[in-house]
Amino acid sequence: MQNYLTEIFGNELVAEITVYVLNTIPVLAFIVLFVLFAVWLERKVSAHMQDRLGPMRVGWHGVLQTVADFLKLVQKEDIVADANDKALFNIAPFLVFVATLATYTMLPFTSIFVGSNADVGIFLVLALSGAVVAGILMAGWASNNKYSLYGSLRAAAQIVSYEIPTALVVLTMIMVYGTMNLGDVTEAQTSYFWNWGIFGGAGLGLGKFLLVPFMFVAFIILFISTLAESNRTPFDLPESESELVAGFNTEYSGIKFSMFFLAEFANMFLIGSILVIFFFGGYNSPFGYFGNLIGVDWLIPIEQLFWFIGKGMFFVFISMWLRWTLPRVRVDQLMTICWKYLIPYAFFNLLIVGLILLI
Amino acid sequence: MIKDYLKNTWEGLYTVLVGMKITWKHLFVPSVTLQYPEERAKLPERARNRLFVNINDCIGCMQCATACPVNCIDIETVKGAPVDMPGETSKGKKKALWVTKFEIDIAKCCFCQLCVFPCPTECIQMTDVYEYSEWDRDNLIYNYANLTPQEVDIKQLNLEKFQAEKEAKKIEAAKAKAEAAAKKAEEDKAKSEEKPSDDEKKEEK
Repeated sequence: MQNYLTEIFGNELVAEITVYVLNTIPVLAFIVLFVLFAVWLERKVSAHMQDRLGPMRVGWHGVLQTVADFLKLVQKEDIVADANDKALFNIAPFLVFVATLATYTMLPFTSIFVGSNADVGIFLVLALSGAVVAGILMAGWASNNKYSLYGSLRAAAQIVSYEIPTALVVLTMIMVYGTMNLGDVTEAQTSYFWNWGIFGGAGLGLGKFLLVPFMFVAFIILFISTLAESNRTPFDLPESESELVAGFNTEYSGIKFSMFFLAEFANMFLIGSILVIFFFGGYNSPFGYFGNLIGVDWLIPIEQLFWFIGKGMFFVFISMWLRWTLPRVRVDQLMTICWKYLIPYAFFNLLIVGLILLI
Repeated sequence: MIKDYLKNTWEGLYTVLVGMKITWKHLFVPSVTLQYPEERAKLPERARNRLFVNINDCIGCMQCATACPVNCIDIETVKGAPVDMPGETSKGKKKALWVTKFEIDIAKCCFCQLCVFPCPTECIQMTDVYEYSEWDRDNLIYNYANLTPQEVDIKQLNLEKFQAEKEAKKIEAAKAKAEAAAKKAEEDKAKSEEKPSDDEKKEEK
């Protein structure tokens, strides 16, 4: 595609930039559509779990509620207070959002569409989600508000702590699959569901069955630690409404606030898709493709997209479910869960999986 | 110690599942929400809401205004003149007063229903209307009197005329009496000149 564009533009740099932009636009569109849907779903799930109805007015059962909310947010005045550090204050929301968007380009949505088929895929995802911390710290510091600063410091402490169990489990996964490329990880789990990571991967023999319990432990650890990294309840200390107003985004309004909002909800799907890629076969269908059955090739990527988004949405739903089940943990409990429980378990898991793989 | 550690881990995960089971069940419990403007909660039979006054039955006795603990009822009356009496209530009771002003400041009303019980004609009632918000607070002063200001003036004039006539009659009567008395006195005087003893006897009585 790049060669084709070079012919059109007659300039390699322009062609390259165009390719990047064209690769990002579908991802961006997906994020926006997903967030519009996920916010509505979150409100509906929370409402029904509390025996309420949730939004009912805008569209059928309020499906357009988020669109209306977004329109309202865009109309709002973009407030920058005098005491704010203007440069950092203005950059922060976009840094957070762009970092999240960049992680999305690593995800293999189908076998034919990957924003960036980087060989260090998962490593980049971890690095970029670490870069979000910088954005959050910038937001909290530049706001010149004590609650914002508390929120951003908590966010930094939390994300940095939970990077460790995440990284350990990801290391385990890299050992199992032998690659960091997320597309290749998905390819390794093709055909039926017993080849999925949670069922011990594609290999055959004793090793596969020995791996199953440890893959399950790895899945639980990765789920908890990524949940904490995305600042979702029960680990939403950085933006705990009852303690810190809204944490690092207290001082933001209008489009900048919606950038933080987009990034937060985009992170929810990112968690889901990372879990799906490592443990649930990524875009692979559990029962083979309908397109193969009737011999229509172009149907397969659509089915793959359906399975990827469907599985991802399942984990998004689980995290919403958890949000409305569990109360927020205390700061010391947060650190206890991470350092005293997740990290030792992740270490032992890493060792045992390594031993099994050696056999 | 390692036993406690494993137990904590197990309980941490297990209790989360217990909680998730509860929220999962609630996902399918029918919601308690009422979609308000379309659906409304059923009011109790004797719910106390906005006051209503059937002005045709009001006899202007002011008992409601007296009973009101927050003084939200303001009544003014004019006595009916015989040429223009207010008529009867629906139960056939004769009215004696024109109710020229019957205002309820519903913003002050505390819905205690104390005005309803003393009413002799049962013309002030609590209704089930509870949606009567207004943009302007003055709109919450409800005027129930059905007389126009001109009519009120006419009633006032009628009464004044009647009273003036009455006064005039009184004065006339008094004059007539005085005249009669004077006449009698003159007659008496004339008589007394004839029979003085009689006159003296009368005075003694």
